[in-house]
Amino acid sequence: MARASKRTKTAAASRTFPQLKKSRSGIAGFDEITDGGLPAGRPTIVCGGPGCGKTMFAMEFLILGATEFGEPGVLMTFEETGDEMSRNVESLGFNLQSLVDKKKLFLDYVRIEPSEIQETGEYDLEGLFIRLQHAVESVGAKRVVLDTVEAIFSGFANEGMLRAEIRRLFRWLKDRSLTTVVTAERGEGTTLTRYGLEEYVSDCVVSLDHRVNDQISTRRMRIVKYRGSSHGTDEYPFLIDQKGFSVLPLSSIRLEHKVSKDRISSGIKDLDAMLEGRGFFKGSSILVSGTSGSGKSTVAAHFANEACRRGKRVLYIAFEESSAQVTRNMRSVGINLDQYIKKGLLEFRAWRPTQHGLEMHLLRIHELVDKFNPQVVIVDPITNLISANLNEVHAMLMRLLDFLKDRLITAMFTTLTANRGAEEQTEVGISSLTDTWILLRDLELNGERNRCLYVLKSRGMAHSNQIREFVLSRNGVRLLPAYVGFGTVYTGSARLAQEARERAESLREQQQLEEKRKEFSVRRNVLESQIAALRSELSSGESEFARQTRQRNERQQRLALDREEMGKIRGVTRDSQSVNS
Amino acid sequence: MKAKPPKTQATGNATDVVLELRLYVAGQTPKSLIALKNLKKICEEHLQGRYRLHVIDLVETPQLARDDQILAIPTLVRNLPHPIRKIIGDLSDTQRVLVGLDVRSQAK
Repeated sequence: MARASKRTKTAAASRTFPQLKKSRSGIAGFDEITDGGLPAGRPTIVCGGPGCGKTMFAMEFLILGATEFGEPGVLMTFEETGDEMSRNVESLGFNLQSLVDKKKLFLDYVRIEPSEIQETGEYDLEGLFIRLQHAVESVGAKRVVLDTVEAIFSGFANEGMLRAEIRRLFRWLKDRSLTTVVTAERGEGTTLTRYGLEEYVSDCVVSLDHRVNDQISTRRMRIVKYRGSSHGTDEYPFLIDQKGFSVLPLSSIRLEHKVSKDRISSGIKDLDAMLEGRGFFKGSSILVSGTSGSGKSTVAAHFANEACRRGKRVLYIAFEESSAQVTRNMRSVGINLDQYIKKGLLEFRAWRPTQHGLEMHLLRIHELVDKFNPQVVIVDPITNLISANLNEVHAMLMRLLDFLKDRLITAMFTTLTANRGAEEQTEVGISSLTDTWILLRDLELNGERNRCLYVLKSRGMAHSNQIREFVLSRNGVRLLPAYVGFGTVYTGSARLAQEARERAESLREQQQLEEKRKEFSVRRNVLESQIAALRSELSSGESEFARQTRQRNERQQRLALDREEMGKIRGVTRDSQSVNS
Repeated sequence: MKAKPPKTQATGNATDVVLELRLYVAGQTPKSLIALKNLKKICEEHLQGRYRLHVIDLVETPQLARDDQILAIPTLVRNLPHPIRKIIGDLSDTQRVLVGLDVRSQAK
């Protein structure tokens, strides 16, 4: 009572700072969605159907408490013996016996055998309390797991007494500030647990679920209730694998990714040129979509190759081909990925999309990213995951992108678009999630198929709007400027033909000019000879005229002489003669 | 303190076998006291000379609760002859106790 009133007081005093002591479970992801773990010193119910992983959750909580957080624990099982429990968790690499030997763990298997038991008169479950107390005291336990306490309902007939004892049990655990996980079978109908245990535990209820959709199973977790704490209310996929239990707290509601201005080359020079000459943004997501055989994987391989060449670590996840097949195929376009695999820069993982459910894929990618710490992640292709529910794929990819972006990992996904039709709609609808979208297209023309590439969008940069022809050669990918004329893109042989036509055209013009030139020179010769003829005519005219002039002068001189002679003869004075002449 | 050697003869005839009984209690609670009183009465009336009884207080020896798989208090365990039988409660119903211990009433 005093405790409760104190708590409300403090809560009122510091509204912005709700203080509920939490006990970290150590289970990957769980502490994130619960904002710190299970309520410390209080019981939590973990409920679910058979095989949903309740026990595994509880065991990990207990074992990690003992090994990681220095909190010894008590495991009280009602269904499996201590040996069975040990074997169950051995596969996860935990050695229960050594923890027991080190006094970090206390195992107590409560065997309930209804056929052995006869009831006569009144009783209670004090024995259970004595055992629990003894167990807690012998290791100084801070954590307790009761798996599955409701088994007592099958062992004893007096339900009223059992309920009273269970109520007392939870009170007892709380009073001793034991962080407890109580597992319970899922109930039918409205109750969460078969025996309505949630009635007694009001602090935290976690529901686990295991469903099969289209033959692929997915496990999900939901925090049904967590008194006094904020928590994610979604259903979170979780996994149980060799590493144990892990929850995917992936849908970070915030959009607060760090962004980088750094660029990372695509490995295709011509493509970089289309992206301001510098390539993608570091930490951005790139979608390469195209029909089958349009060269998506080649683009991805170029990117991987370039990143490795610059010493970056690349995680390449292939859903269609094995790593050997990809490396062999890429050698044909002059890319040697083997060398980077050997150097440890390129981590190749290939598995079938049908091998796991979506969550498992996601989680495996997570684990790989955590382990390998790449700067670039390539998933080729994501389309194959779409066998499952579309919404789920969308959600999963969003989570994956969020996760990668948060770590400034550049991600490239390839996706297969259906042949023809709406190429601008990727099936997954993730185009809106990605930053850069490169579209590869096939053009069928003149009896051949040619590849085209264009950048449909690229956030935050002035990318080229051109459609380029995408040519695969032994030396890798080249992007040729496609011939554009009359609103048509010519590619392949059509482009070559068009270019040849152009060359012929210009040659013909040149020839015509040459002819004209020759024609003209002939004509000039003719004219020039005509000019020469006229000139000679002119000069002969001139000389005739000069001769006649001279003859006339001579004649006149002679005439004058004659006249003088005559004058002398006649005796006429010179002066009068000169006046007359 | 465990299992005294059983009489090997005539296990099929329960009436000839000495019953090894343990009564588990947790302190001097009313239920425990009633159970002990009832048990003593039954033993005297029906099992004269054919039983050995230990009263075990789990408050003093809590580890026995785990070792002997005791959950309910009080619990009467017939350790011998085999198989083990458990009777829980304050033993107020004599007939049921006798059925539980698999002994026929001599009184009948």
